[in-house]
Amino acid sequence: MSLLWTLLAPVAGSLLPLAAGRRNRRWLTLTALIPPLLALLLLSLTLPELLAGGLPRVQLSWMPALGLDLALRLDGLSLLFALLILGLGSLIIVYAGHYLHRDEPDARFFAYLLLFMGAMLGIVLSDNLLLLWLFWELTGLASFLLIGFWSRLSDARRGARMSLVVTSTGGLALLAGILLIGQEVGSLALGDVLAAGETLRASSRYPLIVALVLFGAFAKSAQFPLHFWLPHAMAAPTPVSAFLHSATMVKAGVFLLARLTPALGDTSLWALSLSLIGLATLLYGAWFALFERDLKGILAFSTISHLGLITLLLGLGSPLAIAAALLHILNHALFKAALFMSAGIIDHQTGTRDLQRLGGLARAMPLTATLTLMATAAMAGLPPFNGFLSKELLLAATLDSRLFGGLGAAVTLLVGLAALLSVGYSLRLAVGVFFGAGRPDEPATHDPSRSMLAPGLLLAALCLLIGLLPMTLAAPLVTLASRAVQGSATPTLDLALWHGPSLPLAISVVAVLGGLVAALRQPQLARIVALFPRRDARWLFEAGVIRLTKASLWLTLRLENGSLQRYLALLLLTAVAMAGLGLAQVERLTGERGVQPLDGMLVLGAALMVFGAVGSALSHRWRLVSLLMLSVVGLSVALTFVRFSAPDLAMTQLSVEVVSMILLMLALFFLPQRPPPWVSTRRILRDLLVAGLCGLVVASLNYALLTRETLSIADFFLRESVPGGGGGNVVNVILVDFRGFDTFGEITVLTLAGLATYKLLNRMKLFMPAGNVEGIHWSRHRHPLILAVIAQILLPLALLVSAYIFLRGHNQPGGGFIAGLITAVALLLQYLARGYDWTRQRLPLSYPLVAVSGLALATATGLASWLFGYPFLTSTFGHFQLPLIGELELASALLFDLGVYLAVVGATLMILVNLGRVTTVHRPSIEEEN
Amino acid sequence: MEALFAGVVGTLTACGLFLMLRGRTFPVIVGLTLLSYAVNLFLFSMGGLNTHAAPVIGESLSPSDPLPQALVLTAIVIGFAMTAFVVILAIRARSELGNDHVDGKQGDEEPPR
Repeated sequence: MSLLWTLLAPVAGSLLPLAAGRRNRRWLTLTALIPPLLALLLLSLTLPELLAGGLPRVQLSWMPALGLDLALRLDGLSLLFALLILGLGSLIIVYAGHYLHRDEPDARFFAYLLLFMGAMLGIVLSDNLLLLWLFWELTGLASFLLIGFWSRLSDARRGARMSLVVTSTGGLALLAGILLIGQEVGSLALGDVLAAGETLRASSRYPLIVALVLFGAFAKSAQFPLHFWLPHAMAAPTPVSAFLHSATMVKAGVFLLARLTPALGDTSLWALSLSLIGLATLLYGAWFALFERDLKGILAFSTISHLGLITLLLGLGSPLAIAAALLHILNHALFKAALFMSAGIIDHQTGTRDLQRLGGLARAMPLTATLTLMATAAMAGLPPFNGFLSKELLLAATLDSRLFGGLGAAVTLLVGLAALLSVGYSLRLAVGVFFGAGRPDEPATHDPSRSMLAPGLLLAALCLLIGLLPMTLAAPLVTLASRAVQGSATPTLDLALWHGPSLPLAISVVAVLGGLVAALRQPQLARIVALFPRRDARWLFEAGVIRLTKASLWLTLRLENGSLQRYLALLLLTAVAMAGLGLAQVERLTGERGVQPLDGMLVLGAALMVFGAVGSALSHRWRLVSLLMLSVVGLSVALTFVRFSAPDLAMTQLSVEVVSMILLMLALFFLPQRPPPWVSTRRILRDLLVAGLCGLVVASLNYALLTRETLSIADFFLRESVPGGGGGNVVNVILVDFRGFDTFGEITVLTLAGLATYKLLNRMKLFMPAGNVEGIHWSRHRHPLILAVIAQILLPLALLVSAYIFLRGHNQPGGGFIAGLITAVALLLQYLARGYDWTRQRLPLSYPLVAVSGLALATATGLASWLFGYPFLTSTFGHFQLPLIGELELASALLFDLGVYLAVVGATLMILVNLGRVTTVHRPSIEEEN
Repeated sequence: MEALFAGVVGTLTACGLFLMLRGRTFPVIVGLTLLSYAVNLFLFSMGGLNTHAAPVIGESLSPSDPLPQALVLTAIVIGFAMTAFVVILAIRARSELGNDHVDGKQGDEEPPR
């Protein structure tokens, strides 16, 4: 379990600096140091189990359906990286405490840095590929925040964006690769994947998997040609660069390659891709490092070059090469972190990183010079520093390799050239900064405080010590890591500075001499380089981003011109295309069930509906005519329900039709009376085409479905209705019992719609025509006598009918919805006949309250079943003997239905009466106008 | 009969969509209502087109599928709520913008005082 806390310490600890606030820098630095030191301590608790030959693991199930577990492991490889991350991280925190300017938001900086550390630690400890990927992306985000930390600088913003785009594009490819691996192996657990190397290599999708995984790893580890983001990432504060270049971010890529070597390695595809890309990166980085003027620029290109070296070694794939790669990961992390720290110090003390403005600092800054010279020597691969060991191993591994066949000698030569170049740029850096003539106009400088120097000096000392005592300091760790990668094939490392005269040594000597010449002749070489146009990948990238932005803008403007009609047309065409594609795959339109015969009534009904629909569409500019045509269709729909055995639907449709017509009539009053101007014929034709196509597809779809047998769950409802729901009207039983929760949702929507209209009508400025479009005033007789009388007579009758329909609803067609609508219509008639004020006085009901109480009743019925230990909305029923009426079956669902009834009445009247009120209260009468 | 039914549903859909593509609010509302008729009929027909087969226990020997009917019943009521909301939204939009164009284009009518 301590493994989990090892990971959580920096992740959760990233909040610590924020909580500590900005009291003072020393205090904050100490707070930020707690998480990594704690994590190191916890790590050491897990260590004995690993050293005893075990594999410490933590496994917590997280999202098993996705194959994602919170699974961690600590093997040798994880240990190597974890020590680098936490150790270097701690030193960098100490360093950053001195580096950051007094006024900078340092708490935020430390929080990001700890998050970055935690994410990287997550990558190396993950025992699940999906989890690894999650942390992988988290490092991308954290580095984005850190690179862009000085967000006021345009370079920082651009650099951050570029690194995010490149590495997270790679991250997406990696995700695809991981998912493919998961499909092939059947598990995403690291143990399973590493054991399934045979299966993966034999799979037909192996090349695709390798391509995707390598794309992800190369983008992260800045391999050519995806390297270009790394030099721009140096816009970050220097402590970030030190961390990013040594233990985190770019090392994630090579970590992944090493991690997956047992699963994906050992094929010529893997070996050649890695070694060729690695070789190209090695040379490219070394060459351009020679011509950089910026101190951090040299270091950035040198990082690219060294990452290429590690990739090349992993590609060579021999046991020795892999061990050498791991050793170099360690070595590079140490000297590169030290070098970035010294670059930061120089920048901090002199205010510049430009080699042409620096020089002769050895006298003024002796300690900085010592630190830098030691680390530079390690970078150049000079004895007795650690870089020398890995360089010798690289040369030996290249010489041994059979991978390139007849080209082996050429490759060795190229590797030697890279070694030469690295000596060259290292010399140039060291000499350029510390020796030669300084600029006289520069003010005198001096070494920074001891504690700012200490982390760098410690690292430089480590470089030297590892060089001197490799078997004690480096070999055990590297052997452990190598065992995690190649198991029993791990070679017995024999690390020493002096192996006697050998070919690698000879090449080294030549490389050092050549590097000396290259450093001396650098100006001449630079002139040759200047003959070629330098293509900065950044401009290509920026141009690409601008092009993409323009393209998406163009597309957006094409699709989104602000016209809702355009959107609707596009939406419909897409739907038609999708449905059409589906239809095209059906063999025949007419299915196996065949068709039923026609009769006269049906044809008549259909003709009526088509007449109404087409008429309504044709007369759309004359709204009243259009509305009347619509009502023809609505009533015919009700008749259709009658014909095809749906009495409940017919009743509902009929009553809704009445209510809707009243509503739309009322609406006409508030909308313009004049027909709108005629739009272009082209437009009409376009709309006819779109609508016609949709109609055709819908008709075909409906016909195809109607003539086919479909699976139905009707039997369940028909069988269970009486025994389970206590009612014979299956439709009603479904509504109030089986699917009661749906109905509950629906009356909620209904009530909400009512309340929303209430709000919409509030404080509305009204168009108040006093007459029609010809200037004729509205009728003087607002409330015709006959209607008033009839409405009054009808009211009790209608209420009685609705009560009857409500009560019988459980067994016969009817129920809460229909009864509610009938009641609503009856009450509406009173408002129509007598006006709002008259009715209001006699019927002082608050309709929102009615609707809400209906909802409350339905909820209470549902909750009541909890009291009896049943799930929400469980119903029960029993038989009761009532005087006069006889035996009555009462189900608890009846109460729920009463809730439905009240909600329907309340919501309907809320909408209509409120709208009606607006017309009657404010309507200017003729008397007023005269 | 199936062809006739499907044809009617298709016609209702086409007319409804044509109206919904108009630029003024009222035809759009009428179109929406027409379209919901079509959708309700479509859904309803998924239970099969049976005569004398109301899904009431004891009424008929082979009752038709009650589930589409229950779904359509609530769909009708919800459809009404939706229409009501859109109608009042249209009224409000006219009052705020001074016209009844769906895109809220300014200016073919005097705003109210």
